[in-house]
Order: sequence, then C-alpha cells, then structure tokens
Amino acid sequence: MTAFPDALEITGPTPGQQLRRRMFGHQGFMIGAVFLVLLVIIALLAPVLAPHDPYAQSLSNRMVRPVFMGGTWEHPLGTDHLGRDYLSRLIYGARVSLMIGAVAALISGTIGTALGVAAGYFGGRVDAVVTFLINVRLAMPVVLVALAVVAILGGSLSVVIGVLGLLLWDRFAVVMRASTLQIRGREFVAAARAVGCSTPRILLSEIMPNIVNNLIVVVTLEMAHAILLEAALSFLGVGVQPPTPSWGLMVSEGKNMMLFEPWLVLIPGAVLFVLVLAINLMGDGLRDVTAPENRN
Amino acid sequence: MTNKPVLELKNVSKTYTIKQGLFGKPKPLRALNDVSLNLQHGEVLGLVGESGCGKSTLAKILLGLEAPSEGQVLVDGQALAGQDRIALSRRIQPIFQDPYSSLNPRKSIEDIITLPLRVHGIGDSASRDRELHKMLDIVGLPARVARSYPSQMSGGQRQRVAIARALIMKPEIVICDEPTSALDVSVQSQILNLLADLRAEFGLTYLFISHNLAVVEHLATRVAVMYLGRIVEEADVATLFETARHPYSRALLASVLTPDPDMGVPDTQLGAAYPNPIAPPSGCAFHPRCAKVMPHCSRIAPWPVPTSDGHVECHLYDQQPLQAAS
Repeated sequence: MTAFPDALEITGPTPGQQLRRRMFGHQGFMIGAVFLVLLVIIALLAPVLAPHDPYAQSLSNRMVRPVFMGGTWEHPLGTDHLGRDYLSRLIYGARVSLMIGAVAALISGTIGTALGVAAGYFGGRVDAVVTFLINVRLAMPVVLVALAVVAILGGSLSVVIGVLGLLLWDRFAVVMRASTLQIRGREFVAAARAVGCSTPRILLSEIMPNIVNNLIVVVTLEMAHAILLEAALSFLGVGVQPPTPSWGLMVSEGKNMMLFEPWLVLIPGAVLFVLVLAINLMGDGLRDVTAPENRN
Repeated sequence: MTNKPVLELKNVSKTYTIKQGLFGKPKPLRALNDVSLNLQHGEVLGLVGESGCGKSTLAKILLGLEAPSEGQVLVDGQALAGQDRIALSRRIQPIFQDPYSSLNPRKSIEDIITLPLRVHGIGDSASRDRELHKMLDIVGLPARVARSYPSQMSGGQRQRVAIARALIMKPEIVICDEPTSALDVSVQSQILNLLADLRAEFGLTYLFISHNLAVVEHLATRVAVMYLGRIVEEADVATLFETARHPYSRALLASVLTPDPDMGVPDTQLGAAYPNPIAPPSGCAFHPRCAKVMPHCSRIAPWPVPTSDGHVECHLYDQQPLQAAS
C-alpha cells in the first residue's frame, strides 16, 4: 500500500522540545529558576561557603553592623544579639527553609495526589468521601492546628515538617481531582480500557503523564506556602527551635531590636521574600509554559 | 448470510440514572431499550441514527466498557459478562470518533500502537518493533512517524494510528464509532477506503456507527436504524437505500444533502424537536414526528415485524394492529 499525501509530512518538534523551547523563552520562569538553583547550591555548599560557624557565639562582638552600615568584612552581614555571624546563619537557614519546603511538599503532594486522582477517576462514593475530606481539611486553620500539635509534641524541625506535610495536601487534591476528571473522559482512556489495561496501569501510564504538569505547578506553590508557614511558626516560637538557624527565627530574634537595628529583621525577611518570589515565579512560569499543550 | 453470528445482542437495555439537582428525584434514562442485534462474520453492519439515540452506548456495551442493565451480549454464543476483559480485547477493538482525543498526547506513536502488545505480553521488543513497522506500512504511514507524537500529526494521520492500534492484535471485530466524522471530507474517503481494504485483507467484521448515510451506503452490507434506544428497522443495505420501510428511515434518507445547490435543503418533515429521552413519547416513540402517524400509534408501542431481510418496527406493517389494541 502506498503512503497517502497527508501521511508524508511530519512537521514540528516533539512535545518535549516544545516545552524546553517555551521554558527558555519565558522570562519569569528563567529568573525564578536561576534564583532557586542558586539558593539550592548555596544551601548544599553551606559548610564551604559560610565564613563562620553559625552556632559560635562571641559576646564581645554582639550586634556588629553589616558592612554596608559601617561594619567590617569580618562579618559582612554583621552579628546577632549573641554575636553569631549573620551571613553564616542565613546560609545555614537556607537549608532549613528548602528542606521544609521540599519535604512538606513531597508528603502533602503524595497524599493529595493519591486522593485527588482516586476521586477524579473513580467518581461516585470515592469522590464524595474525598470531597468531604477536603472540606474538613479546609475548615482547619493551619497555624492553630500547628500550635496545638507543637503544644502536645514540642517544637522541632521534624514536627514542623510533619504538621505541614499532613496539612497542606488540600490544593493538591483539588487540582489533581479536576485534572483527572478532565482527562478520564478522553477517548484514549476508553481505548486503553478496551485494550485490556488494568486500572493501575491506566492511572499511572495514561492519566499521570497528562496531569503531571499541573502537579509540578502545585508543588512549587505549596513549597513556597510551606516555607512561609515555617517562618511564621518559627516567628511565633512554635516552629524550629533555637539555636537552629531558621529565617523565621532570625526575624523573631531580631524583632526586639527592630527600631534601633532594623537590618536584623530586614535581611532574613528579604532573603525569605526572594526565595518565595523565585519559587512563585517559577511556578507561574511553569503554568504558562505547560498550558498551551493542554489544548490538544 | 447463513453464518453463525460472531456477536449478538439479546434484549439489551441500558438505563442511566439522571440526578436532577440536590433534592430532585433521580430519573431513569433508557439509552437502550430492549435491543437485539447480531453481527455475522465478515459483514459490515451500519448503525445509523440521530445524535443521542444510543449508538455510542451500544458501542460501549459491545466493547465491555459498560455493562448492560438488562439482557446479554454473546460472543460466539457465549455471554460477554462472564468473559475476561483481557480475552475479549483480543477479539473486539474500537476505532473512536475523535483522533484528537483517542491518542494519548504524552506518548509517542510507537508507544501508542504497541500498547496492546505490551499489555498482553506478546513478543519481545524486537518482534513488537517488527509488528509496529508492519502496521505502519499497512495503514499507510511512513516508518519515521514511530518516534513522533500525536500533536505533530494531522487528523487523518492520527486516525491511521488509531486504526493501527486497533488492528495490531488481529481482532475479528472492529467497532467503528463514527470514525470519519471528525475528519476533513478529503481525508474521510481515504480512511474509508483504508477501512474497506483492511476488511478484505484481514477478513474483519465491522460494526460501523455513523450518522452519515452516504458513508454507510459506501461501506455497509446491512443497516440497522436506531431511534431513541430502539432498532426500528434492520435491512440489507440495498433494500434500505431503495425501499426503506420505516417512515423514520425514509426521513433520514430524504435528509441527505445533495451536492446540487438548486435542490435546496430537503424537508424531512421530522419537525425540529428530538424527543426528551428522559420522558419518551407514549406508544411508538416516533409518532410525534411521523409523517404517516395513525390514531393508535400514540397508544400502542409497535413490535418487530419480520421482513425478508430483517425487521421493521412500525404499525404500518402490522397485520392486526387493532386486534392488539383491544
């Protein structure tokens, strides 16, 4: 049998190539990604990059001002009320923030995706139960629940990660449910069933690849959310406990001196702002970059 | 044809429950109402009817994607419900309407076409690759499309991929659910010719669902006309297109647009409204739109009257309609 005219022309790049092209062409995404990668590298190389031990106190060197406010290069960002090097604490604090963001997003992403995909695919009773769970979860104020849990268990890094991981799955569930609903009515799912695919196989290899874009976008948003919540909890004193360097804790410790030494609060606040902004820029960029494909 | 039917529907009904609001009483929607149909080996049965008459529900039941509420589906005389879906999928495969929706956009053409082989664990990667290239050749696609993705292809090419996927397992029966209605007219004929060639080459049996009578006349050997979940007429294709019996079949035939602009848009006398399937008309479901309606049509539902080559369900062909009424 000969090839038909319409069968000869295969044009255009593969979806992967298209995605890469759009990603590199998207300014917001690139700015966010560069900052985020930079912060991850800094966090990973913290022992190499930090000029001092973040825990080393020096009572004779308390509240040294940063270099741009008349300080010396010995402590480029000054020292805190216990004489600990502020730059070193910031660098080690990046580890805490990024770890909390990543692990909390991983836990909540797993829970939320499982619930959402199950609700969207099976519908009916499963959907009713999951929707109910989402509503229950949305009725619980995260900060209050975290306060209660910390009051019972005591504050620590793992408790904060656990609480955030178990509380922040609602958006994953909502988005994954909606995306699954959209995909499961498509004919390729019916075709896969007619071919004899098992349900797990349909979920993993037919549906998941089509909704993973949306998952990544929610992951970035929830990472930023978790990082901000950790800072808020640490600021309230129920998150990461001193002397662990955490940006939220640094803001909290500096707030007594805020009127006289505002940089104590401004520096960790600014870094937090940059990290969350970078993650959100990247998330928004990812949404823009992956959206056109959903139109097929 | 005197063959044994390969696929048989026996008094199949499918009822969906439609919920109306939060506190509304759920109402039944009879998508299929006591349908009996059989498919002989090697024939092409065209199934025609308006949108919403139950054609696609019928296809889903035949593919085992939906279970009938009542009645049975028999494959080679055995009930479908008891059969393994895996075993069934080797014998019956679908070709869907919309090739933009029936191919997973995230998968390469190679993955899509060989999926059935992988699911059923047939062959190793080398033999699957050979099968893939054989199928690509059969459906008229160049070998290099194997690594491309659906978004890089045209509608006609995608439909060829869907056909290759359906045929790679060498099924006996192919359910074509409006396989050309989403395509350009120029591509439609290519796909139809391909389907006709493949039927001759592999000895396939088709159930060809369409609302396009010209397509059905071109390809089918027998035609079943569906109206509101019932098969109102079944006949050989020549008989139906020359002397349709049921008034609905005649109206459908009259509605075919001709390429002559002077002819104008034909008047089907069907009126505008397709009845609400949740509250179907009493008696004969077609009576509100029928050109030859009789007084008892609104009271008594017609029954299948056997004809020389099928059946028709209309009081015009009953011998004793009034007897039954009394």
